[in-house]
Amino acid sequence: MVSMTDNTKLIQGRTGPWEIVMGLEIHAQVASKAKLFSGAAVGFGAGPNEQVSLVDAGFPGMLPTLNKYCVEQAVRTGLGLNAQINRRSQFDRKNYFYPDLPTGYQISQLYFPIVGEGVVEVEAEDGSFFNVGIERLHLEQDAGKLIHDLSPTESYVDLNRAGTALMEIVSRPDIRSPEEAVAYVKKIRTILIYLGTCDGDMEKGNLRADVNVSVCREGQYAKYKATGDFSHLGTRCEIKNVNSFRFISQAINYEARRQIEILEDGGKIDQETRLYDPTAGETRSMRSKEEAMDYRYFPDPDLLPLELEQAWIDDIKASLPELPDAKRRRLMADYGLSQYDAVVLISEQAKADYFEAAAKGRDAKLVSNWVTNEVSARLAADGKDFSENPLPAAHVAQLVELIETNVISSKIAKQVFDLVWSGEGSPAEVVEKHGLKQVTDTGAIEKAIDEIIAANPDKAAGVAEKPQSLGWFVGQVMKATGGKANPAAVNDILKAKLGL
Amino acid sequence: MAIDAATVRRVAHLARIKTPEDRLEPLAAELNGILAWIEQLNEVDVTGVEPMTSNVAQPMRLRDDVVTDGNKVADVLGNAPRSADGFFVVPKVVE
Repeated sequence: MVSMTDNTKLIQGRTGPWEIVMGLEIHAQVASKAKLFSGAAVGFGAGPNEQVSLVDAGFPGMLPTLNKYCVEQAVRTGLGLNAQINRRSQFDRKNYFYPDLPTGYQISQLYFPIVGEGVVEVEAEDGSFFNVGIERLHLEQDAGKLIHDLSPTESYVDLNRAGTALMEIVSRPDIRSPEEAVAYVKKIRTILIYLGTCDGDMEKGNLRADVNVSVCREGQYAKYKATGDFSHLGTRCEIKNVNSFRFISQAINYEARRQIEILEDGGKIDQETRLYDPTAGETRSMRSKEEAMDYRYFPDPDLLPLELEQAWIDDIKASLPELPDAKRRRLMADYGLSQYDAVVLISEQAKADYFEAAAKGRDAKLVSNWVTNEVSARLAADGKDFSENPLPAAHVAQLVELIETNVISSKIAKQVFDLVWSGEGSPAEVVEKHGLKQVTDTGAIEKAIDEIIAANPDKAAGVAEKPQSLGWFVGQVMKATGGKANPAAVNDILKAKLGL
Repeated sequence: MAIDAATVRRVAHLARIKTPEDRLEPLAAELNGILAWIEQLNEVDVTGVEPMTSNVAQPMRLRDDVVTDGNKVADVLGNAPRSADGFFVVPKVVE
């Protein structure tokens, strides 16, 4: 637990230190086939307005019908966030006019969301953990897309995304630094992917975050935490739709600095919606949205309250996969892995599965190293993730077995791995085919050493005064044996022969 | 709850209903009349009565996650004042 006044979280201003306080709203697109209230397809890459029903386009008289699968995914996600599931929830209209919103209102859940309070445990960069409270998760519709570059005087509207189901996950203001914000979004993304409720694809906009940033004087956050009174905190600005980890961090850094400068100049912060411009590296006010801030929410008369059976919720709960936190703890307990290794492995479900498939009966630490280093690096170089891994886990297991049983050295293992990755067969086959077996036959090693000593009598005589030159001999022996000599055996025999 | 001309102007703007200045006061009076009439409902004692959310006492019908609609660009754009290449076309809106 990091203390509230931990210096690493303070920003130094001209007039003294400040603290940042953040709450995030994450919009996660439900991985459904059809939209939240219509039978039009959800997807990427269709022609303009092809995935639009008359419900999505806001035609008069069209009525919404709720997609059961989307409800199930919201419940599933709520359970994954250790949150309360509300058996009764309701849909409201959020009213505003914008060309990407054909009905003139977004159907959302303001008063009675489907999921209530929860908590998420997040790993910080230094390996410590912090908790982020979840205030709520609700279902709502996405808007359409505006395209501005097809005409100098007009905007083009594509409603394919309009009506797609989103889960909005609202956090408490428990996030204290840009690094924590990024770690939190990563954790939510991992949980969603484990649950299968959202694909987490940020490039396609399927996961994006609104970041509420405020700053306050050192110690004020602790007062808020103690009392729950928001008046201890500063006025917040909401940065809309940040869609990459890098931009989240950059936008927060810029925005916190901007607010501190205003306050130190004696100004005050206006509560407003801002947009992060990655090209300029700054946030700027979205004035057009300000005008519409009065959303005049009211219950949607086209939709009845949503009532859930406890038995259905229990069924969903029973079908949850092992989640990242549980998996991390189990990998540490069952395989004796360090927290660091376990965290790296669970970051991708398929990576953890791959590790477990390879680690059966093997040195788990060694398997973990191969999986998180060599295999990960090769996949990254090919732009793949573990679900597309062409290398069978059995090959990693066999490679580690060859190292464990001293058939090959760790150094040669890298060479074997290269050949296996390029498709030359299993590690055992590669070792056989290329004659890469480690020479543990002491006779052969002794012979090589005798030859080198005989050829370099001066060096051999001087080694007693200069023990560090032993390394030179080791190198010569390895060279003579094509790198296949067992290094431990080489060292022992050399020392004996040179009288060290 | 009394509605003044400023409130009418604001609500009209939010609803994008063009309202001339000289209509604000008369509209405020009309709206206050409607509200006063509805306020009679406050005379009814509703202690212990759950708020009614609908006049049909039935659970909400849900739909399966199946694609049953779409691919009707011509219909979708049918009423658009302007369209091009399958898009709606509107006056430029830029953030």
